[in-house]
Amino acid sequence: MPEDFPADSVGLVRPQTMAFDTPLELACNRALGPYELVYETYGQLNATASNAILICHALSGHHHAAGFHDFDDRKPGWWNHYIGPGKPIDTDKFFIVSLNNLGGCNGSTGPTSINPATDKPWGPDFPKMRVRDWVNSQVRLADRLGINCWAAVIGGSLGGMQAMRWALEYPNRIKHCVVIASAMKLSAQNIAFNETARQAILADPEYHNGRYQEHQSYPKSGLSVARMIGHITYLSGDGMGKKFGRELRSGSFEQGVDEPVEFQIESYLRYQGGIFADSFDANTYLLMTRALDYFDLAREYQDNPVEAFKRAQCQFLVVSFNSDWRFAPERSREIVDALMGANKAVSYAEIDSSFGHDAFLLPNERYQTVFNNYMANVFLESIASDLKVNG
Amino acid sequence: MRFDLKIIQNWIAQHSRILDLGCGDGTLLERLRDEKGAQGYGLEIGADEISACIAKGLNVIEQDLDRGLGNFADNSFDTVMMTQALQTMTYPHKVLDEMLRVGKECIVTFPNFGHWKARLHLLIHGRMPVSDLLPWEWYDTPNIHFCTCKDFEDLCSENGIIILQRQVISERSFKILTQLLPNLFGDTAIYRLTRSIL
Repeated sequence: MPEDFPADSVGLVRPQTMAFDTPLELACNRALGPYELVYETYGQLNATASNAILICHALSGHHHAAGFHDFDDRKPGWWNHYIGPGKPIDTDKFFIVSLNNLGGCNGSTGPTSINPATDKPWGPDFPKMRVRDWVNSQVRLADRLGINCWAAVIGGSLGGMQAMRWALEYPNRIKHCVVIASAMKLSAQNIAFNETARQAILADPEYHNGRYQEHQSYPKSGLSVARMIGHITYLSGDGMGKKFGRELRSGSFEQGVDEPVEFQIESYLRYQGGIFADSFDANTYLLMTRALDYFDLAREYQDNPVEAFKRAQCQFLVVSFNSDWRFAPERSREIVDALMGANKAVSYAEIDSSFGHDAFLLPNERYQTVFNNYMANVFLESIASDLKVNG
Repeated sequence: MRFDLKIIQNWIAQHSRILDLGCGDGTLLERLRDEKGAQGYGLEIGADEISACIAKGLNVIEQDLDRGLGNFADNSFDTVMMTQALQTMTYPHKVLDEMLRVGKECIVTFPNFGHWKARLHLLIHGRMPVSDLLPWEWYDTPNIHFCTCKDFEDLCSENGIIILQRQVISERSFKILTQLLPNLFGDTAIYRLTRSIL
């Protein structure tokens, strides 16, 4: 019964699979194919395909961005706060495509898939992916869906990097680029966190050089620690303090008492790490963090972001959150400055939030208003372009 | 449409590249975009104002002007403007300097504190003027650097700033008086400035 779902939800959604026979040439000079992409769509594509929106997911994201897979689902898709009827990415207005990227572990071809050359899982042999490879695979998906030009490509964090890459490499196929809590390249500190997380996985004896599937094992504790490290950096110190403080989950510091003490934050992190490790793939985690590290928007443009953005033809919305230290507002300001230097249309808002990097996923009145107002114009323009085509 | 904005519109050439400092809800930017085909950006820190600009489809950047304009190159805009905000800056003279570095020209408007009502208020009441136009008490006001037209022009001459155009206007229509004695009868001053001789 659809009335079981909240009214502002897109309701029951079904993942779909698209198979691609022609191998995809990758930045690492290897080719991948045949391959499959798993994706979901929400809303209706209009007759001229002018209302299509692409959602690019972040490090641990996937195709299930909104709605529910099942009546028993406890949680909706990862961006359900922002995708749905009457929401900023309005399913009554737009046709939204959300996919699981290549190398992922939620259905699209990735390290857990069978390598046709060996009949064994790819594991660590799966080609290294770059953001531009994902964008190229998304281009093929767009072609197959009959979408010549996206009304907007939208992404947070690693997803924002994909959105910017779209703007540079396919300037005629994107009208608006929405970049949320992202960066033109990671800082040394950021790479350092990723490397520490990777080392946690590699140091797990169950990792077996990435061939854990063949060994019927799984580096759960390594991946769990990797996620714990990541999770700390996605929250703000203040936010964590407000939520957990020094509260104890068990034990006591009373004089004369000798019992094990556990802080709430310890138990919370371990729980989150455990859940994540149960549902994610360690090789995918390595691959995704490397893609993040390798991304450098202006590398092919003489390291000059202004020159890079001169190629873009679309309009931009850039959003950051003041307590986000993993993708700090400074990184977003660098994007904005480069865009203004290239004389591109851009708006920028720095949202107050205590939720750190995670804020881009969470409800926030100001963020919603900014996003809503921007997307309302994206929609008006998509209609206007229809009138031009029809007139 | 505020009268000072109408005057500014007349001073802006077609298809100018503009930067509006403290652009508010984007009224002026929108007007200049629609009427003059102007392109550019508004800088603002007010959350509601930024949302309003985005709703109008304008380019608005959240940026605190007191942190300077270091992210903009020299002469990167035809005109940099600031309406009714100079008196709220911590260092108005530094902001002016920056505006003239980033823009080939700049336009500023500010409330003229030399207006007869302000003078009379201080003379009779012996207190800082509080009016409909400037309704704040001295201790709790965004307006921390009031000046008169004469003060402003002194600053310009001391800093080698060339006044290209000046218009002083008055809410009530003492038009002739405002023209004769602008520093006494004008409540809003509008200046077009540059550093180099055109």
